[in-house]
This record gives sequence, structure tokens and C-alpha cells, in this order.
Amino acid sequence: MHFDLTEDQKEIKRVARELLAARSSWARVREAAEAGAQYDQALWDELAQLGWPGIAVAEEHGGQGLGAVELAVLLEELGYACAATPFLSTAAAAAAIQAAGSDAQRARWLPALASGEATAGIGTRALCADGVGAQVLVLLDRPSGEAVLATPNDTDVALLETIDPTRRYATVSGGDAEPLGNGGAAAVAAGDRVRAAVAAEVVGVAQRALEMTLAYVKERRQFGVAVGSFQAVQNRCAQMLLETESARSTALYAAWAADAAPERLPEAAALAAAAAADGGRSVTASAIQAHGGIGFTWEADVHWLYKRAQLDAALLGGARRHRATLTALAAVRVA
Amino acid sequence: MDLTFNAEETAFRDELRAWLAANDPGTAPHGDEDAHYAWRRDWQRRLADGGWAAVHWPAEHGGRGATLTQSAIFYEELAAAGAPLPANVLGLLLAGPTIMTWGTPEQQERHLVPILTAEEIWCQGFSEPDAGSDLAALKTRAVKDGDEWVITGQKVWTSMAQYAKWCMLVARTDADAPKKHQGLTYFLMDMEQDGVEIVPLKQITGESEFNELFLDGARVPDANVLGGVGNGWKVALTTLMNERSGLAFFLQVRMRQMLDQLIGEAAERGLLEDPVVADKLGELHLRCEVLRLTAYRGLTAIETYGQPGPEGSLTKWMWSDTNQQLTQLAADILGPEALTAGAPWAFELLRARGNSIEGGTTEVLKNIVAERVLGLPRAGR
Repeated sequence: MHFDLTEDQKEIKRVARELLAARSSWARVREAAEAGAQYDQALWDELAQLGWPGIAVAEEHGGQGLGAVELAVLLEELGYACAATPFLSTAAAAAAIQAAGSDAQRARWLPALASGEATAGIGTRALCADGVGAQVLVLLDRPSGEAVLATPNDTDVALLETIDPTRRYATVSGGDAEPLGNGGAAAVAAGDRVRAAVAAEVVGVAQRALEMTLAYVKERRQFGVAVGSFQAVQNRCAQMLLETESARSTALYAAWAADAAPERLPEAAALAAAAAADGGRSVTASAIQAHGGIGFTWEADVHWLYKRAQLDAALLGGARRHRATLTALAAVRVA
Repeated sequence: MDLTFNAEETAFRDELRAWLAANDPGTAPHGDEDAHYAWRRDWQRRLADGGWAAVHWPAEHGGRGATLTQSAIFYEELAAAGAPLPANVLGLLLAGPTIMTWGTPEQQERHLVPILTAEEIWCQGFSEPDAGSDLAALKTRAVKDGDEWVITGQKVWTSMAQYAKWCMLVARTDADAPKKHQGLTYFLMDMEQDGVEIVPLKQITGESEFNELFLDGARVPDANVLGGVGNGWKVALTTLMNERSGLAFFLQVRMRQMLDQLIGEAAERGLLEDPVVADKLGELHLRCEVLRLTAYRGLTAIETYGQPGPEGSLTKWMWSDTNQQLTQLAADILGPEALTAGAPWAFELLRARGNSIEGGTTEVLKNIVAERVLGLPRAGR
């Protein structure tokens, strides 16, 4: 039992944190967002050169041959930076195709996605993250839970302006989708991998919101003292930590289960999705509140995190359906 | 990252499971506290005979030198087998390790074996009417008289005092010390003497797990000072540091079992089809799993770095909150049946109210998280 990142994984995290702090400041994120949900192309090019999108893709397909935990580590850091890139969808779609795709699908998509030459979209027809401009879409709205593949050639992908302009969203209509691999349980598990990836991003979003809040309430003074000395503010911050760590425990569990214990993935992914969907929104809402009037301004930047958390929760399909899954799984075990 | 047990941990678990399978603790006596305690005492004797009473103690003192993970496994398996906590739980978890850390060879020789075998039960005399979360505010005094100390004061929330031979007692030996946490001394006090009066505290469940302790001229020989006169704060911290680590896994498995039982009862009533019920049960399932996972993260942090990470201070808070929600949901789902006098769920509902108070109130835990984990400035008190 060792529930922590390995030294190598911690090193990936450290490098990612440093690189993104240097390249993806709030000024850069704001610039991309204010230009109308544009991506930070220079950043994306650099991440692609570093091989990040292919972190969980096998070496034979041009990836780095690492796993879901390493992907989760990168996603957390990109969430922390709220970076305006198509990384989440591209890397998560690549991981899904790697895990469940047919040989032909892997050969067709993995080298292009791993190199960043192609990008992907993930989500549903009603809300597809990074769908505009993507070459391939991994869609999760089948009642069976199976992830399916679609391409813009077969479907109509339209820009959807959302409250989160740090990412480009789309709707997808018309056309056909093809099964991922042979469909079935493997394609359901691929959907779980995608949700686990979104949950990992939310951990970073929440962590950033918590850290910004702590810095602010230590600094901001009212009534002659730092507002962070007020117990009501402190209790809010403690609750933010609890929710952030809850999301982290479950997201790491899901990432680990995806590769090491697939039989636990359905439950682990539902745990991670439920914890992230609610926790991300709650922590980032608290961040706005704890920033007071400043938190309600455009320039304070905490709103980007709140908006990202809202859209990520929507991408996850909300927490309720995952709680229903958890109850159903428990009922089977208890019966 | 590896969330499976390694070979050693698996071997430990399998050996324990085999022992538990061969040693059925039997059914808990219902409705009679003394009989229930006698059952737990007998259970600890059997654990001790099998070498399982104090797995976390070093082998030289009759333990197995278990790692934190193995200790967690022990409590998980105990709960999963429907076994009770050993009767002398405060002796095993608190007094024993504190005596190992601070005791003289004579004190260790005298006390450790009877703790292990439940021959001598221990209670904890820390809290006072005006010193709950704020332990250093305690007022019980110890005055030197020849080679003895004479103790006067009142302790409260003393569980198992009615069965205890010994008490871990913290008292003030220097009223003039400049700071309130100075001038305290830790005593090993014999409960069987005239100066000690035990008055049961009837709690909201109607039971009396806890007592008030009135100390009026109780005497403790010099030889029973633990860790030196005036060093009581540090010794007490050793006791308190031990308090929250081991039991968490037992409690968490018990809570999981209660949730599974509630899911079963909801299913029997066809209530899982109700989306509101399913949603609430799913939330509790999530919270139970978050607690389990976070507790394991905490173990890894302690094993790796020697101290808990930021998540370590959250588990007690999570547990008490979740247990209260769980028992409240049982009352929602089962209706009056769960609120009938004597019903197990009624007991659990009431008992859960104590969870967010005992062992550190949630309010104080949040303060500790804010100040020590998040580094926020000390709140005005």
C-alpha cells in the first residue's frame, strides 16, 4: 500500500508546475479568453513538442508509454494553470483510444494525437470540449455508457459559446459515430478513463482556487487584522481543503484503477466524477466569496476557475448520475 | 502508487483472517452495559492469547511490531468480522505507547503486560468541566506530601472509569508557572482508593459510557509520575498524538457496514427506485470511500515522511460528519421504525451526535486545519 505519487511522477508534476507558471500566467489565459475562446497556440506547440499529449500513449504509436496516473498529474497542473489549450480532450481521447480502440483506430489516431498534430474533442453532442477544429471526437452520451468515435467529416460541429472562454466548446449534430474497438465493456471503461481525466483537471482547478484564496485572506486586512484570522473565513478555507483533498483522493484512485485495477474502475470513476463535479464548483465558489468584492471583478481571475469548474462539472454529466451509479453498484454488492 | 497490499501486508491479513475465522467473538450482549463490557474483556484475553491484542506494539512488549498499514488492516478486519474493540482500548492505544515512550523500565515492567491482557483497564483523566478542547486550562491540582502527591479536582468524560484500575491523569503541580501549559505533570493514578469517586454521566442515548471523576485527596506515589514532574504537557501530547490514528479504520469500516445495512433495508422497501433516496445513499457511499482513501493517503504520508500530510487532519471531521448524515438518512428512510426506543438505528442516531464533539470538536478541528495546515493567522479567541 503506497497511496502517493512515485518520485518520477512527482518530478513530472514539478516540471509541469514550473513550465506552466512561466508560460501560462493569468495574463496569457486572459488574453486567450478575451480574444473569444482562442487557444494559446505557442503554449500548445510547446506542450506538443514535449510530448505531453501522448503521455499515456504507447511508444509504438509515438507516445511516451506512461500511464493514467502520469496523465492525471499533467492534467492537474494544466487545470491549476487554467491553461487555454486543447490538452485535456486530446490527451484524454488518446488515452481512451489507446485503451479500447481497434488496431486501425489506434494506428489512425494515436500518432497524430500524441504529436499534437491532430487534436480531439471529448464530451457529448450537447457539450463537446475542444470540439471545434478537432479531427476526432470521443463522445460519451450513449445510454449504454460506451464511448464512441466521430469525426467532423461525418458530423456537424458548431462552436458553442459558454461562460468558460478558457476553452472552446462545441455542439455536435447529425452523422454517425463508430464504436470504439468492439464496443462493450472496454468502450465503457474508455468513457470512465475520460471522466477520470476531467476529474484530475478539476483537482488542479480547486487547488489553485484554494491557494489564491489563502494568499488573499492572509494579505487582505479589515478591522485592523487579516481577514484570514476570522473563524468564519477560516472554516470556509478548511472546507475548501476538505473538498479539494476529497477530489484528489478519488481522482488519484480512478487514475490508478484505470491501469492497475480495471475491475475497480467503474466505481472509482464514478467516485472521482461525483467528487470533482460538486467539489470543483463548491471550492471555486468559495474562492469568489472569500475574495469579497474583488472576487466578483473580472480582473481578479478567480472567476476563470469557477467557470472552468462549472463546465467541467457539465462535461462530467453532473454529480447526481454518478451518485446513482454508486448506489446501484453498492446495492448489487449488498444484495 | 500502489493501492494493493504488498506480500507482507497480505500475509498479515490472511493470518489474521484465519485466526478470526477460528475465533468467533460471538454476538454482542444487548441492553446490558456490564455484560457487554465483560464480553469485550473476554475478547481481548483471547486476542492476547493469540498474539493479536496490540499488533502495533513492538514484539519485546508482546506486540507484532506492525506497520501503520498493518495496524489499519487489523482494525479493518476486526470490524469486518463483527468483532468489538478490545476492552482495554485506551490502555492499548494510549497508555501503553505513552508508557513505552516516557516510562522508566520499572513502570514498563509493571504496567504493559496487564494492559495487554486486559487484566488492568485504563481510563484517561484529561478533560475537565472547564478544560475540554483547551486542555492546558485544566485546574486539577497535585500537591507534594512526602514521597506522595495529593490530588484534588474534577475530571469529566472519563470513559471506562467504572472498570478501570488505572487512570492517565494530568494535573497542575506548579500553579505559578508563567504559561498555563507549563507546571503540569502526568500521573499513573490507582483508581481503587478512597479519594476517587466515580459518578456515571448519563448521555443522550440513555447509556453511561462516560463518567465524572471527583478527586478529593487521592494519593499517587512519586514512582507513578510519568516523564518527570512539570513535563506533563509533553507527555500528554504523546497520548493525544496516538489517539486519532488507530481507531479511524475500525470506525470507518463500521460506518461502511451501517451504510450497507441501510442500503439493504432501503432495497427491501423498494426505495432505491426513489431518485432522492438513491442520490443521498450515493453521496454517503462517496463520503465513505473518500474517507477510506484519504485515510490510506494519510498512512502513506506518515510512513514516508514521518508526519501526516494536509489530508491527515481531515479524516476525523469527515467521519463524524458522514456518520451523522448516515444515521439521519436512516431516520428519513425508515421512518418511525428507526426512532423507536431501543431500535439500533435510534441508538446510532443519538450516539452520532457525540462524534463531532468527542476527541476534538469539529469547530476546533477546523481551527487547527486553518492555522496549522493552511497557515492562516491565529483567530481571535
